[in-house]
Amino acid sequence: MSKEKLNSLKGWLYLLPAILFLGVFMVYPLIDVFVYSFEEGYNSASQTYFGVGSYNYSYVLHDTYFLQAVKNTFILVLITVPLSTGIALLISVALSSIKPLRNLFQTVYFLPYVTNTLAVGLVFMILFKKTAYSDGLVNLLINWFGGDSVDFIDGSYWAKMFVLCFYTIWVVMPFKILILTSALASVSQEYYNAARVDGTSKLRTFMRITLPMISPMIFYLVITGFIGAFKAYSDAVALFGTNLNAAEMNTIVGYVYDMLYGDSGGYPSYASAAAILLFAIVLTITCINLLISKKKVHY
Amino acid sequence: MSDYDKIRRTEKVRGTVFQIITYVFLAFWALIVLFPFYWMVLTSVKSYSAYNSEYIPKFFTLSPTLQNYADAFTAVPLARYFANTAVFTLVTTAVMLVVITLAAFAFARLEFRGRNIVFVIFLSLMMIPNELVVITNFVTITELNMRNTFAGLILPSVTSVFYIYLLKENFEQIPDSLYFAAKVDGTSDLKYLLKVLVPISKPTLVTITILKVIECWNSYVWPRLITDDENYYLVSNGIQEIRENGFGRENIPAMMAAVVVISFPLVVLFLIFHKKIMAGVSRGGLKG
Amino acid sequence: MEVTLQNLTKKFPSRDRKKREEVTAVSDFTFKIPDGKLIALLGPSGCGKSTTLNLISGLQKPTSGKIFFGEDDVTGLPPEKRGIGLVFQNYALYPHLTVQQNIMFPLENLKGKEKLTREKMLEKAQAAAKLVQIDELMERKPGELSGGQQQRVAIARALVKMPRVLLMDEPLSNLDARLRLQTREEIRRIQRETGITTIFVTHDQEEAMSISDMIVVMKEGVLQQIGRPQEVYDSPANLFVAKFLGTPPINVFRGQVRDGWLYLGTEAVLEAKGIGNREVYAGIRPEGFRLQKDGPFGCALRGVEVMGRDVSVICQSEASLDPQIRAIIDSESTVDPQAPVVRFGLNPRKVLLFDRETEERILEG
Repeated sequence: MSKEKLNSLKGWLYLLPAILFLGVFMVYPLIDVFVYSFEEGYNSASQTYFGVGSYNYSYVLHDTYFLQAVKNTFILVLITVPLSTGIALLISVALSSIKPLRNLFQTVYFLPYVTNTLAVGLVFMILFKKTAYSDGLVNLLINWFGGDSVDFIDGSYWAKMFVLCFYTIWVVMPFKILILTSALASVSQEYYNAARVDGTSKLRTFMRITLPMISPMIFYLVITGFIGAFKAYSDAVALFGTNLNAAEMNTIVGYVYDMLYGDSGGYPSYASAAAILLFAIVLTITCINLLISKKKVHY
Repeated sequence: MSDYDKIRRTEKVRGTVFQIITYVFLAFWALIVLFPFYWMVLTSVKSYSAYNSEYIPKFFTLSPTLQNYADAFTAVPLARYFANTAVFTLVTTAVMLVVITLAAFAFARLEFRGRNIVFVIFLSLMMIPNELVVITNFVTITELNMRNTFAGLILPSVTSVFYIYLLKENFEQIPDSLYFAAKVDGTSDLKYLLKVLVPISKPTLVTITILKVIECWNSYVWPRLITDDENYYLVSNGIQEIRENGFGRENIPAMMAAVVVISFPLVVLFLIFHKKIMAGVSRGGLKG
Repeated sequence: MEVTLQNLTKKFPSRDRKKREEVTAVSDFTFKIPDGKLIALLGPSGCGKSTTLNLISGLQKPTSGKIFFGEDDVTGLPPEKRGIGLVFQNYALYPHLTVQQNIMFPLENLKGKEKLTREKMLEKAQAAAKLVQIDELMERKPGELSGGQQQRVAIARALVKMPRVLLMDEPLSNLDARLRLQTREEIRRIQRETGITTIFVTHDQEEAMSISDMIVVMKEGVLQQIGRPQEVYDSPANLFVAKFLGTPPINVFRGQVRDGWLYLGTEAVLEAKGIGNREVYAGIRPEGFRLQKDGPFGCALRGVEVMGRDVSVICQSEASLDPQIRAIIDSESTVDPQAPVVRFGLNPRKVLLFDRETEERILEG
């Protein structure tokens, strides 16, 4: 064998494990999920199906649980993405305007990133839950301010949605604060000096200089935020338990998993169709985001 | 001149007021972040009867107890969840490091036909969401009879295109001359990788390791799909199990003790490595 | 606007936090900058020239001392209240705004009585752009401009409010050699046309000498000399100033004054009337040498460089501080490159004596 061939072989050898794993657990499943989604009446026990067509999609699209999940996911996305990005921006700006304690605050703010979503979700549930024994801490605060207790975990739809959004924001904040503070730090001090010499007010400096300068990072966060929020699932499980359909709090990803496995599970075809629908939604939203950012991000 | 004095004074007052508002705001958010942690530790040391008799929750306790921790380890197999997660995390991370190091080396250093095409294919795989492939993987693992095995848990998550990419970039920054010097000395590729590249790239490898450990420790979805035997539960599933079938009765202090135990390793890891972790995350840009 | 600095001092805490000592960036500056002139703050890096500029602009606050614009004490005023224009080293043009928006930016900040209509702003921006000759480029973004054009935009932005004082921090350092020549003429012209007192910082003595009305030479936070460029060049206050100005640099020798004569080594090279016997440094400008067969100063010839107009004669001498001496003679004269020794006569006006200890200039009595 020639030396060149030997070298070539060696390269492939080093890549072999990665290619093997990616092939089996990524490329093949990617193709397969489309196949599944068009195989009607697939039975995982006997591995048979009746025919090929779009029945799975039409089933999913007419399933009230799926529609509920879509509605929940959209509400969650539309509330949490702008709100978390906005608050993160405020916090980052505040952070970069102070010197003492800045590092301490930064470290504290990052803490939720390393915690187990399920575990801390349980704490949130306890804080918000109203039981026979106790109205819970949050209700105690509401009572202090003269409000009536609300059952956030087993109560009305919007009470539950509020907790879900609150917890989701709590979970995604660390990443956004981190990215925005480093974006703010990368804006050269010279621009601020120039603005100061010209007598630019703080607000105007922020709106006309800081914001446009970090706009690429903000759009990056919005785009990744949309993608992340559309895949929300474990936050909801943490708060409301695994039977999300019963709690009316299911998300699209939750629907996919429920279809695949669980109490109502065993339908990989429906799961595939739902997953592909989710993918289509995310792709569309991302493209729209990119188009807007092309127009709005200045350089 | 008094005019200027006035300007000076108002500027200063405004600055101070602004500073105070800023600090209050930042402290408020710090409170929101930290309070759940405080509450979980506090609840975990309240006794079961004390907790249930507090119609109005108390912000402190005068008679802390460790009984809940004992319950958490005895009434539910928390130690087993813990051990499972440790094994899962260590093996996944270790295997992944080997796989990605080899692949990154091949992309960064070795010359062979088709390298660039394969790399482009790898990159495009980065865009594939996990939700899309998890369905088939579930079916695959089920058909291979690997449900409720460590192999089934671990195998699908031992490669990461993103980390291969990160490591390849790192390897490429190391000057060619080192490689050629090693070649002249008759060093084999593998030895060069292990003795030169890996030590030099240690900071990146450490970052990747930490991020992967965090990811493994918190993973929930895949373990939930692939295990229904309690003997193979990871902490996330364990917590969910405790929550739903728990301690026979709703024992919230014991639940919180379990939550503290589960959160503890990562919080400690974070407190030690917070600079590295934050730098790594901001470079990696993970978790959308 | 006349600018006066009075005992201006700026100290910084040491970067090394463990050490308690402070670094003095600007030490007790007192001088007056006349109205309508172009002034260069000149010195090697780290001499405190940029700090001085920042103190004048108000971006930094002095530790002690005062700054006056005309009669007004502006020491405690924030920059925006001082009526200055500032051109930054890296221009600090807002990359997301067009040239026009950049130039108009300072005008849009005006409030109350000073507030301008949009037409008025456009008109002013247009005038400023015309002054720096970039009125064709108004719709471009800074990223689409060359370095020289960006520089002009920065100047236009600084000028649009008609500041009382224009400050420039290393305005030419980011330009290539050819553009630098062009732009410095441009700065001179703009300053003349507007008549605004302009202070610029540079480490390039040629730049400072060629365009400024006055130069302020600084070293390690201490003011060395102020004067018209030619004055400072011909009559430097000390060895540092002498060495810092002039290309090629001045040749420095160890010498003695004995019995009214300057000795370099064993040779008496020049009469030094009215100076007592002492050890000195003698600085001889390269153009202070002239070829003379039986001249008083001889040195070992090392080479001859013909550079069109001039001829550089490179030689060596025991008495010289530097390994090489460079003399510039006109190209009419010829030197035999093979000759072992070359002899020079010296132009007394180009020979400067400095005290060996203090390095201060010794003036002939």
